[in-house]
Amino acid sequence: MMNSTAFLPTTDGGSVRTTPVDAVALEARAAALCTRSIKTTSKRAALHTTIRCIDLTTLEGIDTPGKVASLCQKAIRPDPANPTIPSVAAVCVYPEMVEHAVTSVSGTTVVVASVAGAFPAGMSTPAVRVADIADAVGRGAGEIDIVLNRSAFMSGDLRRAYDEIVAAKEACGTAHLKVILETGELGSYEQVRRASMLAMAAGADFIKTSTGKIPKAATHPMVLNMAEAIRDYADQTGVIVGLKGAGGIRTAKQAWHHLVIVGETLGSDWLTPERFRLGASSLLNDVLMQIQKLDTGHYSGPNYVTVD
Amino acid sequence: MAEHIPVDKTFKLFIGGTFPRSESGRTFQIHSADGDLLANAAKASRKDLREAVKAARGAQADWAGRTAYNRGQVLYRVAEVMESRRAEFISVLTDMGQTAHSVRAEVDRSIDRWVWYAGWADKLHHVLGTVNPVAGPYFNFTFPEPTGVVVVAAPDDPPLLGLLSRIAPVIISGNTAVVTTGGPSALAAVTLAEVLATSDVPGGVVNVLTGDKAELLPWALGHMDVNSVDLTGEPNGLDDEAVATAADNVKRIVRSDPVGASPYMIGDFLEMKTVWHPIGR
Amino acid sequence: MTPTDNPLESFDIDYAPALESTAVIDIADSYGHFINGVFVEPSSGVTFPTVNPATETHLADIADGSPEDVDRAVTAARTAFEGPWGQMTGSERGRYLFRIARQLQERSREFAVLETMDGGKPIKESRDLDLPLSAAWFFYYAGWTDKLEYAFPNRTVAPHGVVGQIVPWNFPLMMAAWKLAPALAAGNTVVLKPAETTPLTALLLADVLCDVDLPPGVVNIVTGAGGTGAAIVDHPGIDKLAFTGSTEVGKTIQRVASTRRIPLTLELGGKAAHIVFEDSAFDQAVEGVVTGIYSNQGHVCCAGSRLLVEESIAEHFVERVRRRISTLRLGNPLDKNTDVGAINSADQLQRITDMVATGVAEGADLYQPECELPDKGFWFPPTVFTGVQQSHTVAREEIFGPVLTVQTFRTAEEAVEKANNTPYGLSAGIWTEKGSKILWMAEKLRAGVVWANTYNRFDPASPFGGYKESGFGREGGLHGLAPYLREQTSGAGGSA
Repeated sequence: MMNSTAFLPTTDGGSVRTTPVDAVALEARAAALCTRSIKTTSKRAALHTTIRCIDLTTLEGIDTPGKVASLCQKAIRPDPANPTIPSVAAVCVYPEMVEHAVTSVSGTTVVVASVAGAFPAGMSTPAVRVADIADAVGRGAGEIDIVLNRSAFMSGDLRRAYDEIVAAKEACGTAHLKVILETGELGSYEQVRRASMLAMAAGADFIKTSTGKIPKAATHPMVLNMAEAIRDYADQTGVIVGLKGAGGIRTAKQAWHHLVIVGETLGSDWLTPERFRLGASSLLNDVLMQIQKLDTGHYSGPNYVTVD
Repeated sequence: MAEHIPVDKTFKLFIGGTFPRSESGRTFQIHSADGDLLANAAKASRKDLREAVKAARGAQADWAGRTAYNRGQVLYRVAEVMESRRAEFISVLTDMGQTAHSVRAEVDRSIDRWVWYAGWADKLHHVLGTVNPVAGPYFNFTFPEPTGVVVVAAPDDPPLLGLLSRIAPVIISGNTAVVTTGGPSALAAVTLAEVLATSDVPGGVVNVLTGDKAELLPWALGHMDVNSVDLTGEPNGLDDEAVATAADNVKRIVRSDPVGASPYMIGDFLEMKTVWHPIGR
Repeated sequence: MTPTDNPLESFDIDYAPALESTAVIDIADSYGHFINGVFVEPSSGVTFPTVNPATETHLADIADGSPEDVDRAVTAARTAFEGPWGQMTGSERGRYLFRIARQLQERSREFAVLETMDGGKPIKESRDLDLPLSAAWFFYYAGWTDKLEYAFPNRTVAPHGVVGQIVPWNFPLMMAAWKLAPALAAGNTVVLKPAETTPLTALLLADVLCDVDLPPGVVNIVTGAGGTGAAIVDHPGIDKLAFTGSTEVGKTIQRVASTRRIPLTLELGGKAAHIVFEDSAFDQAVEGVVTGIYSNQGHVCCAGSRLLVEESIAEHFVERVRRRISTLRLGNPLDKNTDVGAINSADQLQRITDMVATGVAEGADLYQPECELPDKGFWFPPTVFTGVQQSHTVAREEIFGPVLTVQTFRTAEEAVEKANNTPYGLSAGIWTEKGSKILWMAEKLRAGVVWANTYNRFDPASPFGGYKESGFGREGGLHGLAPYLREQTSGAGGSA
C-alpha cells in the first residue's frame, strides 16, 4: 500500500512521485479561476477552441447507425449556416458503432474514438477487455477510451491496475489511449491524483475524468487536480500527457472555465485538441448559440441550432 | 537553662529558585509597627531585575509546556505548604501591625484565593476559549496562551492577599513572574518565596525582588524581553514617561483590582491564538 | 486536428480586458467631515487630494481634520451616547446594524468599484473579499447587541462611551467595518478616521448610515492624516481607542493611551512565517504561499512574507512559486482578471523600492517575473528573494508590499525557531499533511492567528490579532466584542 507521497514505477524503469491534495484549497483555487471573466475576443477564441477540443459523444444503448451518422455530420459541420465554425476533434462511440462512424467522418479531420475494455464498469476479465480494445482499433478507431480498473485500484492492487493499462496500450497499437479514472468513484482528490500518476506512468496518452455514467464527473476542481498531476508528470519525466474532461459539461461557460483552468495550470500550449478534450454532447449547441450571440448581438435559441 | 536567643532571618531576593543578596549590596530596613527592626531586607537593583527577567524567561517555556493539570497541582501544593506555615505568615502580618483577627482572616483568604486560582488551570480554556463557526469549510478555534514574562508590582495593602491575588492569575496559565515589592510587604513576599522554594514550583517561575518598586518598575517597563507589567500595586508612583516606555515593545500594561479574583484577571495576561484548518478529505 | 491560424479562434490566457464599469459610482468634487449626521466643512478650510493610484488621476478633495473638527465629532458622539444611542435597547441598536449590513450587500458593487479606484486593489478582491466580509461583520455583531449578558459569564458589562477608531488604507471599508460593528453593538458611539489615501468608501458609508436613519452622532467620520489621528488620540473626550496600522504609529498611540489610562486595542504590523514541509499538499501550498503574499499587493499585515521551506524540497518549491507568479496578471485594478493591482501610494511604492534595494545590497537574490508595468500609476512587480538569511533586513522588517523572502529549514524545531525570531507575532502558516505536526507547530508558533493548510482566511466569528509587537486585543468573534465593553461594577481591569 502506498502512502500519500509514494513513488510509482514508470514503464521505462524510472519512477514518479505523487503528492497529497488538500480538498478545500484545491476547490478554492478552482473557484478563483472560475471567476475569470472571459469577454469579447477572448470569448470568441474560447468558444472556437472549445469546439475544436470536443469529443462529440453518444454512448447510449439505443445508438443506431442513423444516430451515429447524424452525430458525425454535426461533428464535421457543427453549424451548417456558418462555415467558419471548426469541426470538433472526434466523435466518441461504442465499439459496435465504430465502422459507421469511420464511414461518416471519412475525409475529414474528425477522428473516431471508441470506448472499449468493457466500458463503463470495466468488470470483465483482462482478456476480454484487451480483445475489446483490439477489436475497436481493428475496425478503425483512432482513439480508445478505457476505464481504470477501479476494483484493483481501490483494493490496493496497484500493480494489477498498472499492468492492465500497459496491456491496453499495447493493444491500442498506434491508436491513442485515454484512461478514464471515473473520479466520482475514487472518494477523494488525493486518490484521483494517485490514479492519474499511475495511469500516466503506465503509458496513457490522455487521462480522462469520467465515463459520464455517474453523477459526479468533470467538476472544475477535479480537472484542476488532474491538470496539476499532468504538470507533475511532465516535470518529472518530460512526457506530455493530455487531459479530457467528460461528464456534466453542458454549458459554454463551464467549458471556458475548463480552458482557463488548464491554460493557467499547464500553459496555453495545452489548449489544443492534441492535449485537451471535452467529452460532451449537449455542450456543442450551447457553444454555437453563444457564437451566434457574438455574431448577431442577439441572444439565440434552441431552434437555431441543430439537434442531432 | 539560658533563654534561647532567636536566630534572625536574612531577607534576601528570590531569583531562579535561589536566594541571592542584591548584586548591589544594598539593603533597607523594615520595622514593625512598634518600631522594632524586623529585617535588613535586600534592596534589589536594576541588575537584579535583569537577572530575574532572565530567570523568568528561562523558566517560561517549560512552565507553559506543562499540562494545565500539572500546573494546577503545583499551585495546590503551594497552598498546602502555606497552610503548614500559617504561623509564620500570621507572625509576619502581625509584626506589621494588623490585629490578630484581621491577620487570621487575611491568611485564610489568601490560601483560599490561591487554591481558587489553582483550580482554574485546566478550566480556563472552557471559559475563555471558543470554537468559532466560520462561514466556510474550516475548523476554527481560539484558545488562551500565556503572554510570557510578567513583571508584577505587588500591592502594598493588603500585603499577603494582594500579593497572592496578583501572582496567581499571572502564573496559573504558564506565565512566569518577576514580583517587585516594596516596604513592609517585602516580609510577606520573602516568606512566600520560601514557601515556593520548598514546594514544587520550578525555579524562575516566580522571582521576588524586594526594594523600591518605583525604582525598579521603570526598568521593567523599558525592558524589551518583558511581555507585560502589572501596575495594580503601583497605581500612582510612576511618571507618565516611564509608563509610556512600555510601548517600545508593545507591552501589555495591566491595572486591576488588588484584591479581586476572576478568570478575566487571568485573561489580562493571556494571548488568544486562533487556528484555522480546512475540513476536507 | 490542425489548430486554426486565426489567433481570434485560438484561446490563450492573455484574456481580453474585462473592465468593471465605473458608471455605478458618483464621486463628489470634495468631501467634508461627517459629523452629527451631516457633512460639514473642515474648520480650517484645508483639504488634501485623494488620487487613484492606478492612474494618478485626482478623485476628490478631502477635508483635513483639525483638532477643532475632532472636538466637534467627539462632542456629537458624546451627545449621541448620552442621548438616543445610550437609551436604546440592545435589540434596537441591532436593527440599525442589520440595516447597515443589508445596505452594504445591496450596494456592494458601488462600494467595490470605489474601493478599487481609491486604493488600487484588484476589483475581484474588493468584490469577493472586502465587501462580503464588511457586510458579514455587521451581520455578526448585529446579533450580539441584545445578547451581551450572555457573552461573558458573571460579568456585567457596559459600553465605554465614545470610541476613537483609526483604520488603515489596505482594506479601507473592511477595517472600518471590523471596528464599527463591535463598537456599535456594544453600545458605544464612534469617531472614525479613515486613512488619508483611501477615505472614499468610509465617506460613502456615511451615506448608508444616513439612509438607515442611524441617529446623528453615533458614527462620526473625520478625515485627515497623522495629525488628525493624533487629535483623536489626544482628545480627553475619547474613552477608548482602537487602531490598526503600523507598529511604529501603534507605539506612539500606546504611549498616549497609557498616560491617559484609557483602554486600547492595537492591530499592528507583522512578518509572518509561512512554513512548508516536504509532506505538504504541494500545489495547494504553492498557491497558499503565492496568494498569501501577493494578494492585495502584499499590503496585508498578516501577509505570509517569509517563506520557510523544508530544505529537501526548497529548490523545486521555489521554482514552482516562480512559475506561478509569472502567471499573475498585474494591471488595471478594475479589470476583473487582474490579480495584482496598484501600490496604494507613491510613498508606499518608495518604501517598497527602498526595501528591495536594501535586499539586493545585502546580498539576497532577486527574482521578478517579466511583467510590463503601466506607465502611469504606482506599480511594483511580484518579487521573490532567495538566498535570504535571518539577519537580512528584508527578512526582519515589514515591507508591506509584494515581496517574498525564502529561507530553508531542516527540522520542525528550526522552523519554529526562525518563525518566532521576530518582534512581530500576528500570524503564521503551516503546510503539512501530518496532523500531529500541525498541532505541535500551532502550539509553538507565537502568533495570534495560525493558518494550517490554508492562509489569509477571515471571518467575523474568528478572532484576529497579534502577539508581541503585532498588538493586543482581538477583532472578530466573542473576543472582538470584549474590548468594546467595560465591567460595569468596577472601574478596574483590562489592558491599557
